[in-house]
Amino acid sequence: MITIDTQLVSKLEEKALQIRKELVVYCNKIGNSHLGGPLSMTDVTVALFYHFMRYDPNNYSWPERDRFILGKGHCACLLYNIFTDMGMFSKEELYGEYNKLDGRFGQHPNRKYLPMFDASTGSLGHGLSLAFGYAMAGRMDKANWRVYCVVGDGELDEGSNWEAVMSAAHYQMGNLVLIVDRNRISGCRHTEDTIALDSLEKKFDAFNWHVISIDGNNMAQIVEALSALPESDPVARRKPVVIVSNTVKGKGIDFMEDQPKWHLGGLDDEKMAEALSLLDAYSKRGAK
Amino acid sequence: MAGFTFNVEEMTVMGNARELVPKKIFELMKQDKDIVYVLSDSAVTGSIPWKILQAYPDRTIDVGIAESNLVGTAAGAALAGKKAFATAFGPFLSIRATDQICLDVAYNDVAVCVIGTHGGLTSGGGPTHYTIMDYAVMRAIPNMTMISPSDANQGARIVDEFVKNPRPMYLRLARGEEPLVYADQDYPFQIGKAVVTREGRDATVIGTGIGVYNALKAAQELEREGVSIRVLDMHTIKPLDGEAVLKAVKETGIIITVEDHNIIGGLGSAVAELLAETNMSCKFKRLGVPDVFAKLGYPDTLYPYYGYDEVGIAKQIKAFL
Repeated sequence: MITIDTQLVSKLEEKALQIRKELVVYCNKIGNSHLGGPLSMTDVTVALFYHFMRYDPNNYSWPERDRFILGKGHCACLLYNIFTDMGMFSKEELYGEYNKLDGRFGQHPNRKYLPMFDASTGSLGHGLSLAFGYAMAGRMDKANWRVYCVVGDGELDEGSNWEAVMSAAHYQMGNLVLIVDRNRISGCRHTEDTIALDSLEKKFDAFNWHVISIDGNNMAQIVEALSALPESDPVARRKPVVIVSNTVKGKGIDFMEDQPKWHLGGLDDEKMAEALSLLDAYSKRGAK
Repeated sequence: MAGFTFNVEEMTVMGNARELVPKKIFELMKQDKDIVYVLSDSAVTGSIPWKILQAYPDRTIDVGIAESNLVGTAAGAALAGKKAFATAFGPFLSIRATDQICLDVAYNDVAVCVIGTHGGLTSGGGPTHYTIMDYAVMRAIPNMTMISPSDANQGARIVDEFVKNPRPMYLRLARGEEPLVYADQDYPFQIGKAVVTREGRDATVIGTGIGVYNALKAAQELEREGVSIRVLDMHTIKPLDGEAVLKAVKETGIIITVEDHNIIGGLGSAVAELLAETNMSCKFKRLGVPDVFAKLGYPDTLYPYYGYDEVGIAKQIKAFL
């Protein structure tokens, strides 16, 4: 039985609120951004980067760091804002360089310009194979780092994921943790209306993964799940871990929640103010 | 799977790229612990890939019949600092995994040598198993080096070059036993530089892959009739050795390209683009698969049928002279 560190939960909730607000301001500053997906995966990503991952923001190329592969590359803006908060670049740089000819920040991350990304991604269905390759390399080196990979649920429509799912299970990659941001909406529609994915838990279980299912917008559950992960041991052969992170797209902003149209959108000053105040209200409700 | 052999009277020393290339990888894996071998259900018991799998189970990853994952896995390992070879059947690898080759390998700019076997019409498996688009696809991918060795030993040299200077690369191999163009390895070889395998005055045939052998055979025939043919081994399709092409245009005035590939998008197209943009005027013809899903058979019937065996090449040269 794991005792939940309530102080840690509060600290991470506070950080998640701050990052959600940064995302809203960012969207206003650059004019138009993916928002629904970044907002659904904010909590788990904040928990990873600010606490659970072996990571040093002052040395992002630290060889012993845990790796993070963003399968859903269109949510790069979440990491841009986290990295900005960590001091890797300024807000002026982020807003000023977004989608500019000589800028570093695009809709999707490019490690050529932003080496703190462990892979350039954007085309869906690539992340898990890359993460599997990373994990195999880690095992070859007997390195003690872990590979985290976040994919969208709609992204799982891409067949290549299932090739990688089988490989990771076959090779028993105990140093690989897949997080599925199960916000139940893909680019345009609810997943169960386009290509039904339920039950992801049963699917991964059938593929010989260790399945953990949580409310991915509940920090206490995230902390509990990530705290319960066994120590990283790349050599030990055990089931890879999947965290089915059940989330709400656009989480924290009422008019965006569970709305497919907020996959991507713009916020003028008025809408930004409304979104910020809704986030405060969401936080006061207890971020549940 | 028995290797297919050509019906030739001379230059009949054969080499199997699908053996010699993995053999070279095996040899290098002994010296370099950072080399990773990723394969797609291609370790037949007793074969070299199988031996690699036995010797280095930790550095050999068999992903099964899954080309997209094959390439993504290799790229992931390369992102983590490894030098990866990713090998599979060319017909599937070159088009099914194009997305991964383009983005995971070339865009991420990592040390992956993608090896597509059964190049051109060599498989004998019919249109589903012919590889006639790989040059075109790989040429259009930024950062990518596209290489089609003219014989198995040259394929092994490319493996060496890749390990010395790893970069996103596609290496196209033929199916099995093919003639060795070079009697020994004592010739200058550099990626991106054509080999002048034969000097000549009257016309130039630029070949790549098996096209070089066919061109040399045609040149031998024509020599008996007093015609002097230059033959370039354009093993690197991208970056193209434009200098060698332009020199050949100036000095011989006739250019014929020969490739076991669709005539659209491959070597012939690359040469044509160069000629057009440099305003070089010459008699020019692309020989290869004439933009069709090719008929059934093996190269000994297919190359003559489509006119890029030595007879077809010689015929085209004569038409120009």
